Amino acid sequence: MRAISNNRKALNTAIALTLGLFMSFPIIWILILSFKSELDAIGNPLQVLLSSWTLDSFSTVQGRSDYLKHFSNSVIISLGSTFLALLVAIPSAWAMAFVPGKQTKNILMWMLSTKMLPPVGVLIPIYLLFRDYGLLDTRAGLVIILTLINLPIIIWMLYTYFKEIPVDILEAARMDGAGLKQEILYVLTPMAIPGISSTLILNIILAWNEAFWTINLTASNAAPLTAFIASYSSPEGLFYAKLSAASIMAIAPILIMGWFSQKQLVRGLTFGAVK
Amino acid sequence: MMSPSVLLLLGWMLVPLTMTIYFSFLRYNLLNPGTESFTGWTNYYYFVTDPSFTDALVNTISIFGGVLFITTVGGVGFSLLLDQPMWKSGLIRMLVIAPFFVMPTVSALVWKNMFMNPVNGFFGQIATFLGLQPFDFFGQAPLLSVIWIISWQWLPFATLILLTALQSLDRDQLEASEMDGANSFSRFIFIILPHLARPITVAILIQTIFLLSIFAEILVTTNGGPGTATTNLTYLIYVQSLLQFDVGAGSAGGVIAIILANIVAIFLMRMIGKNLE
Repeated sequence: MRAISNNRKALNTAIALTLGLFMSFPIIWILILSFKSELDAIGNPLQVLLSSWTLDSFSTVQGRSDYLKHFSNSVIISLGSTFLALLVAIPSAWAMAFVPGKQTKNILMWMLSTKMLPPVGVLIPIYLLFRDYGLLDTRAGLVIILTLINLPIIIWMLYTYFKEIPVDILEAARMDGAGLKQEILYVLTPMAIPGISSTLILNIILAWNEAFWTINLTASNAAPLTAFIASYSSPEGLFYAKLSAASIMAIAPILIMGWFSQKQLVRGLTFGAVK
Repeated sequence: MMSPSVLLLLGWMLVPLTMTIYFSFLRYNLLNPGTESFTGWTNYYYFVTDPSFTDALVNTISIFGGVLFITTVGGVGFSLLLDQPMWKSGLIRMLVIAPFFVMPTVSALVWKNMFMNPVNGFFGQIATFLGLQPFDFFGQAPLLSVIWIISWQWLPFATLILLTALQSLDRDQLEASEMDGANSFSRFIFIILPHLARPITVAILIQTIFLLSIFAEILVTTNGGPGTATTNLTYLIYVQSLLQFDVGAGSAGGVIAIILANIVAIFLMRMIGKNLE
């Protein structure tokens, strides 16, 4: 590599930083607004910046709308659906990666094709089934739906990771006298864990932000944050400080997870087509 | 060991799909239970000849085309910039891709109320401060405003994919071409762009799956209005089925949406299938 002058680097950094601040400005702005009083938050930008800081909005949001209930709904639904899907997906991806049959490729492609089914195409049957089986506005119902929706992505992602575990290493372990139990415990598990954990993170992000089924299948009891925030559309949405506080709390956990999983995200979302 | 997942997905696909197709041939309204009867293609006829269907189709394509244009052109530009040597590149990259992690309802509401609101929104305040007339985004240009909000969420996605692809580009090849006297423009046209062709296609196709089904952003900002100005196919079917309780027409719309999505899906599957070889 050629040496790159510090001036050039400084220029690049300045341009890219401006771009980054421009893209994330709405997030930065609501972060600021969430620490302002309702009155200051609707002032002009200069007034907003100069006014005093307060934590009031965060406590008001919780006090008035039972924010924690919706937050825990989001946690339960996204974690529940992710773990359930992993439970089904791990053996399946494992089998396809290590013992591929003639139909493996077709099965994988077919699984992917279920992901292309537009949700609105099956909205009515799912809604009616949920109504008849008492699953409307329950967390269990959403866990089931989100498990099914994200199952193809999970299987695919695990498959691409498992594929990269060299089969030779298993033979080597066997030659050294490892039994099946030792093989799984000491050879396969450590190699599979990075893939499984990034699949887990990606899926939590997707489930947390899912906003079609969560809005259409819940009312007040099981509503996760996506549906709860949607209920702010009017007139509460005009209370900027409260809306900002609610929004910041809703996106913060995912922003942090996203920070750690950028690379895996690309791989998962492109079904392994871009690494 | 794969059978549980195969069975689950098979059930998930077949049961509701069969029901949708079955309902689409029934006169069936949730407000008049017990009066279901077979009507043949009537639902399809009414759904397709309804003027709001044409509007919804045009809006779906406009959203889809507008967002894809912004994210693809912007994504190539952003990723080329972020691929340059710089300090704090991890932090800067995170700032650029952060919008992708924001849930759709939050981004829609924040843009609509805190930025595009003509009275108290950020842009309105700035305009008033400068003595200009604030622009009423959702009143004057509702569809463009929706496209803008969706692009803000998906531009980071395109950037992230293209940046990942750029980082796997063979640096020696670039340096060699530079030695041979290629300027940065021809390096972009003859080396970088061909290398990006595949990731660009993948990014476009994957966004397509999501963009054809945009729902929350429209629900939260405009409710499909004014009139049908921002109603896309997904939203139209939602209105038919869950607001007007017309299961038959909603199902017919659902079948049409599935057919449209399948046309796109075929292309996407071919691309990904090649990667399995």
